[in-house]
Amino acid sequence: MSILVDSNTRVLCQGITGYRGSFFSHRAIEYGTKIVGGVVPGRGGQKHLTLPVFDTVSEAREATDATASVLFVPPHAAKDAVIEAIDAGVELIVCITEGIPMLDMLRIRERLSESDSKMIGPNCPGIIAPGKCNIGIIPTSIYQPGRIGVISRSGTLFYEAVAQLCTDGLGQSTCVGIGADVIQGMAFTDCLELFRDDIETDAVLVIGEIGGAAEEDAAQYLASENFPKPVLGYIAGRHAPPDRRMGHSGAIISAGLGGAERKVEMLRDAGVTLIESPVEIGRTVRRVVRR
Amino acid sequence: MKVHEYQAKEILRNYGVVTPRNVVCRNSDEVPDALAQLGGSVWVVKAQIHAGGRGKGGGVRVVRSEQDAVQAAGEIMQQPLVTPQTGSKGQPVRRLLVEEGIPIQSEIYAGLVVDRTTQRVVLMVSPEGGMEIEEVAAETPEKIHKTFIDPKVGLTGADAESAARFCGVPEELVESAAKLLKSLYSAFWDSDASLAEINPLVVTTDGRVLALDAKMTFDDSAIYRHPELAGYRDLDEESTEEIEATDAGLSYIPLDGNIGCLVNGAGLAMATMDIIKLYGEEPANFLDVGGGATAEQVIAAFKIMLGNDRIRAVLVNIFGGIMRCDVIAEGLVSAFSQIELKVPVVVRLEGTNVERGKQILSDSGLTLILADTMDDAARKVVQAVRGE
Repeated sequence: MSILVDSNTRVLCQGITGYRGSFFSHRAIEYGTKIVGGVVPGRGGQKHLTLPVFDTVSEAREATDATASVLFVPPHAAKDAVIEAIDAGVELIVCITEGIPMLDMLRIRERLSESDSKMIGPNCPGIIAPGKCNIGIIPTSIYQPGRIGVISRSGTLFYEAVAQLCTDGLGQSTCVGIGADVIQGMAFTDCLELFRDDIETDAVLVIGEIGGAAEEDAAQYLASENFPKPVLGYIAGRHAPPDRRMGHSGAIISAGLGGAERKVEMLRDAGVTLIESPVEIGRTVRRVVRR
Repeated sequence: MKVHEYQAKEILRNYGVVTPRNVVCRNSDEVPDALAQLGGSVWVVKAQIHAGGRGKGGGVRVVRSEQDAVQAAGEIMQQPLVTPQTGSKGQPVRRLLVEEGIPIQSEIYAGLVVDRTTQRVVLMVSPEGGMEIEEVAAETPEKIHKTFIDPKVGLTGADAESAARFCGVPEELVESAAKLLKSLYSAFWDSDASLAEINPLVVTTDGRVLALDAKMTFDDSAIYRHPELAGYRDLDEESTEEIEATDAGLSYIPLDGNIGCLVNGAGLAMATMDIIKLYGEEPANFLDVGGGATAEQVIAAFKIMLGNDRIRAVLVNIFGGIMRCDVIAEGLVSAFSQIELKVPVVVRLEGTNVERGKQILSDSGLTLILADTMDDAARKVVQAVRGE
């Protein structure tokens, strides 16, 4: 078992004929992911990567029984594409697109809250259950099947952390790159809830960063929940200057909020093992799970 | 994107928000004409810079004669204005806003931002106008009234009126205050703002409600659909490196240390800064070349970084996912054929096509220090900067 996806997950790609949609769909198929079709308005009836292309998500759903959709669409088209997927009843939407206007995301959030769909992202690397399913742009070669759950706001730091886990002999059950935008779909807390009940996950690694309150929310959840599995955390940006946006739209310490120290303190109080150095991630997780 | 007060007021006036009458001046010589145009006997001279805290830095002066006005204008523009938000070097003042004096009865705070927790736009109002809202929130949170706005409905008249009443607006002016708040929301929503703040919003002794100050910030991701805002970008308020970085699609922030960092991805870039600090040295910058950077962007990044003469060594930390290591390697080789390498450069590549990337670097004949892991790279760059 894994969370959100497994070897039976049937995936559509919205924007499959674009450069990235094409490249990463091809890679996902090679990995063994069940990519079952693409959606590109105006291209319905064509084939791409030997897969059927549809004009709309609902047509594609009907023809393929897809349960998930990954989006490689330009930012200006993202709002309509995500809402189309929600309306078509897609269970899991993975939005890779970077640079979606914030007010568009508010509208998307509103629609998500009225539906049963879950969304990962936007501006995220995607989700992988090693050996079973890979949706998004995660470099598959470094991931290995195992029993650690990983949740990360960042992309490349997520790869770095997982590479360290593998070096230390630790595989992963599921790894979720939730993205680092101000307004997003699933948060740390949503993923932690799923990892709590996943019998194939022994421990969870949380890669957070400055800005926002997702780490604080996670700390509150873990404290109130008496979480049954070890949780480890690393927070990037402890030395970042305030009031400057560090690349990610969500990574800004503003008006004393979103700073690393408070996140670290709250997570520690909630029983999380805090990792001080970004080069000690693998070693620290190994020490905790072997205990 | 930030804009100046006079620009924010211009935008808000288009939505029917009343502001004091004003004139923009580029130097103190233009002030007498401005006063003549405005009439009256009391004026306010306000420095136009993007940073806040202008009042505390002496950038806002009330004047009662032409002589005082010209003198105040001269003093404000004479040297960079230092406020709690500018840093110690301050920010040069290139424009002044000269406004008619307003007979104030009471001051209110009104602001719109996106609330992360509820994931909605929130209207915050407080009767403590003129104070920093963060201070009010910390000391007397009961004096802040929040309305979370349903994006499908917008700010309702009833909600706007209760916000106005919460701030003690006299009953006969509640309707016009509510109208102003609704206009503020329309301006925020229509222009993809990330912040719209009126502090203070004032009730005058002659029964008017108007925006004495205004601050707006716009979502950079949405600027593409607002050609009307393009002219508001003020390059003078940004450093040269920042402009070059923005134009090259890079995210760059200069810092005080001497180890330049070139990293792909914001999270890894922050972690790289953290490890340099943990090993006892200081990063010279935050620089994220993005998830899918090109060779051109790597060249631009190096040029910007090496323009900082405090740099004693450079650490390149790339974890290729969407970005391939061979592309980065080609970018580095090409960058060094154009720029003289005066400081040691430590390169760590990992991820997609890493072997080909390393091969390109070793075949190039460049004197780079190669590292296998992030830990190895950090140790090597710290040694290099210490001359070990």
